[in-house]
Amino acid sequence: MLYFPKWLVALILGICALGVVFTIPNLFSTQTVDRWPNFLPKKQVSLGLDLRGGSYLLYQVDMRSVITERLNDVVDGLRSEFRTAKIGYVGLGASNDAIHFTLREPDRMEEVRTLVRKVDPDLDMTTGADGAVSLKFNAVALNNVQRQIVDQSIEIVRRRIDETGTKEPSIQREGEDRIVLELPGVENPEFVKRILGKTAKMTFQLVDENASVGPGGHPPPGDEALPLKDGHSPPGATIVVQRRVLVSGETLTDAQATFDQYGAPAVNFKFNAEGARRFGDATKNNVGKRFAIVLDNAVISAPVIREPILGGQGIITGSFTTESANELALELRAGALPAPLVPLEERTVGPGLGADSIHAGALACIIGVILVVVFMTVFYGLFGLFANVALFFNLCLMMASLTVLGATLTLPGIAGIALTLGMAVDANVLIYERIREEVRGGRSLISSLQAGFERAFGTIFDSHLTTLVAGFLMFFLGSGPVKGFAVTLSIGVITSLFSAILVTRLQIVSWLRRTKPKAIPI
Amino acid sequence: MLRPLITIRHIPSIDFMGLHKLGFVLSAVLTIGSIVLFLTQGLNFGIDFAGGTLIEARTQGPAHLAEMRSTLDGLGLGAVSLQGFGSPDEVLIRVARQPGGDQAQMDAVAKVQHALGSGVDYRRTEVVGPEVGGELIRAGILATVLALFAIAAYVSLRFNWQFGIGAMLSTLHDTITTVGLFSLLQIEFNLTTLAAILTIAGYSVNDTVVIYDRVRETSRKYKTMDFRTLINKSLNETLSRTILTVSTVALAVLALFFFGGEVLRGFSIAMLWGIIVGTYSSLFIAAPILYYVQPRRSSRAKKEDTQAETQGAS
Repeated sequence: MLYFPKWLVALILGICALGVVFTIPNLFSTQTVDRWPNFLPKKQVSLGLDLRGGSYLLYQVDMRSVITERLNDVVDGLRSEFRTAKIGYVGLGASNDAIHFTLREPDRMEEVRTLVRKVDPDLDMTTGADGAVSLKFNAVALNNVQRQIVDQSIEIVRRRIDETGTKEPSIQREGEDRIVLELPGVENPEFVKRILGKTAKMTFQLVDENASVGPGGHPPPGDEALPLKDGHSPPGATIVVQRRVLVSGETLTDAQATFDQYGAPAVNFKFNAEGARRFGDATKNNVGKRFAIVLDNAVISAPVIREPILGGQGIITGSFTTESANELALELRAGALPAPLVPLEERTVGPGLGADSIHAGALACIIGVILVVVFMTVFYGLFGLFANVALFFNLCLMMASLTVLGATLTLPGIAGIALTLGMAVDANVLIYERIREEVRGGRSLISSLQAGFERAFGTIFDSHLTTLVAGFLMFFLGSGPVKGFAVTLSIGVITSLFSAILVTRLQIVSWLRRTKPKAIPI
Repeated sequence: MLRPLITIRHIPSIDFMGLHKLGFVLSAVLTIGSIVLFLTQGLNFGIDFAGGTLIEARTQGPAHLAEMRSTLDGLGLGAVSLQGFGSPDEVLIRVARQPGGDQAQMDAVAKVQHALGSGVDYRRTEVVGPEVGGELIRAGILATVLALFAIAAYVSLRFNWQFGIGAMLSTLHDTITTVGLFSLLQIEFNLTTLAAILTIAGYSVNDTVVIYDRVRETSRKYKTMDFRTLINKSLNETLSRTILTVSTVALAVLALFFFGGEVLRGFSIAMLWGIIVGTYSSLFIAAPILYYVQPRRSSRAKKEDTQAETQGAS
C-alpha cells in the first residue's frame, strides 16, 4: 500500500500533467489560443447553447401527411385499375391510415387482391363480410419509409441551413421521427424557422381550361382543384389543373432570386438535362395553353405558354417580395422536404445571458473551491493540504476530460462541477477519519496509514458507484440540461476516485519518506 | 508541521436508536405531508414540463412590473405571468400555451415584444409544445423510479437485501420530501430540478452506504453484540465523517446558491434540502430499519473477518 513502484509514480504524475496541459487552453480566449504554435494543445471545451448563446429547435417529421399522400395515390391507382378491369365498388376512399371500400361482387376478391398488390405491394389487405375491404401499410414498410423520410429530411434541412451561412450548425436525429437543430450564435431563429416551415415541393402541371369547379363541386377524373395564389386573384380562388405532372422540382439544378422585366421580384430556375427535355416537350405540345406552377399544393403562377421553352431555364413571377423570392430560391436549390416539419420546441439564448451564466458559474466554482480548501485545511492541517492538491488536479482532470472527450459544457454542467468539488473531498474525509480511528485504536503510524487507505477503499468505491448509477440514468433518460449535468457529474466521480486515492496517497508516501515523522498530524 | 486547527477526537455516544421512533414519526409526517401537498397544491411546473412560452427580458433601468403587466394583460393572450428575476431590471414573462399551432406561439412572442417596445433586451426565449412536456415528465418519473431500483439492487448485491430495502426506503423518503418542499414553496420545478432530485438520490445512498459499510464491519467484529448497540456504535463512529462530508458538499452548494445565478437557484435549493434530509435519513431511517429487518450475519463474513484479522496482525 505504501510502496509505489516507479512506473506508477510516473503514471500518476503523467496523468496529472496531462490534466493541467489540456485544461490550460480553456483559461484563454479562443483568439489567443489560435495564435499559439501548433505543438501546443488548442482544443477548448465546447460550450452548450445556454452558455454561448444560440438557438435550439426541435422538429417532428410529420409522417401522417406522407402516408395520407401515398394512400391517396393508391386510391387513384385502384380507381383506374378497377375501371379497366370493370370491377364495381362503392365508398372507395382513404381515411386516417387506411383505405376502405366495398365490392359489388364479393366473389371477385382474388382478382382485387392481385390488383392491389400491383398498385402497392406494401399494403396489408383485410376482407370482411359482404365484400368489405380495408387496406393498410404493413409495419415493416412503414418503418422503412419513416427511416428513409427522416434521413432525407435531415439531409435537406442541412442543405437549407448551410445556405443560410450559420456556423457550426448541429443537425441530428432524435428518437424515431424527430430532428434537433442547434444553431450557435443564431439569436433570432425566425428566418431559419421560415425556411424550414415549407416543404417546397414544386411541380409543373397543365391547367384544364375546360373544367371549372364551383363551391362543393368535384373536378373531373384526372384533374384536381387547387387554390390559386398568384397575387392577382381574389383570396379563395381555385384553378383546375391536370393531375399529371409534366416536370417535377427534383429535376431543378439551380434557382436564384431575380427581377422580371417589370422590376418585380421573381425566381429564376434551371433544369437538368432530363428536366429540360421534358419541359421542352411539354411546352412544345401545349403552345397557347396555360401551365400551372404548383408549390406545396397551391398554384403560385399560371402563365400561358407562348412558345416552346427549350433552353431548360425559366422564371417564376407572381406575388413575390424580395425576401420571399430569396427564400423560395433557397428552398428550391436545397431541394424539397419529403414531409412537413412540425416545430415542437424552441429555445433561444442571447449572448448576454450566456456570458453572464459563465461568469456566475465560474464564480460559484471558485468560491466553492476556496471554501472547501479552507475547510479541509482547518480540519486536517497538512493532510488537508494534500487533499487540496488532489482537489486541484481533480478539477484539471475534469476540465481536461470534458475537453478531450468533446463533451458539451452547459450551465447545469457547471453546477455538476461545483457539486463534485464538494463531493470529491468525501473520499479524503473517509480515508483520514479511518486513519484517525486506527491511530486511536493504538496502531503504529505506518500501519494506521496503511489500514486507513485499505479499509476506506471499499467504502469509497461503493459510495462513488451509487452516484455513478444516478449519473448514468440521467445521461440515458434525461434530455438537454439533465444530460449536461450527468456528464460532468459522472466524469467528476471517476476523476475524484483517481485524485483522492492515488494523488493523495502519493503525496503522503513521499512526505513520509522525506520527513520520517514520528506521529501523524491529524 | 501543519496541524489541524479543529480536531474531533472524541467519539460521541449519542443514542440514535433511542431517537429512531421520533425520527420515524417525523419522516412519516414529512412524507405524508409532501404527498398531500403534491396532490392538493401540485407543483409549479416550469415550461419544460408545462409547455408554453417563456421570455426573459432586460429593461433599461428598473422594470415596472405593474405597468408591464397591465400592458401585456391587454393583449388577450390568456394567462400572462411576470416576475422579477435576480436583478431589478430583469423580468421573466410566462405566457400560457396559445390555442393553435406553433405559429400561434410565435405570434404571441412577437405581440409581447411589440407591446413592450424597443429598449428591451430579450435574453432568452423558449417555446415548448405540450407533447414534449408530457414526454419529459414521463422520462423524469421513469429515471427516478429506475434510479431507486438500481440503487436498491446495487446495495442488495454488495450487502444483503435487507440493506437494499433500507437504502431504497430512505432514498424514496428523500426524493418525496424534496418534491414536497417544491410544492410547499411553489418554486419552479424544471429539468434542472429533476437533475437535482436524481443527484440527491445518489448522494443519499452514498451516505447510507458509508454507514452500512460500518454496520457490516462492526457486526463481523462483534458477533454477539445486539443490533441496537451495534447500530449506535457504527453511527457514532462514522458521525465525524458524516458531518465533515455534509459540510463540504453544503459549502459547494451554498456557493452555487449565492453566486451561481438565478437559473441555478431552484437546483441549489433542492440540493441544499437534499443533502440535509439525505444525511438525516441515513442516520434516523436507513440505519434503524436494519434493526427491524435484522440482516443475517453470514458465515462467509467469518472467514473474511479472520483473514482481515491475520492481515491486520502481520
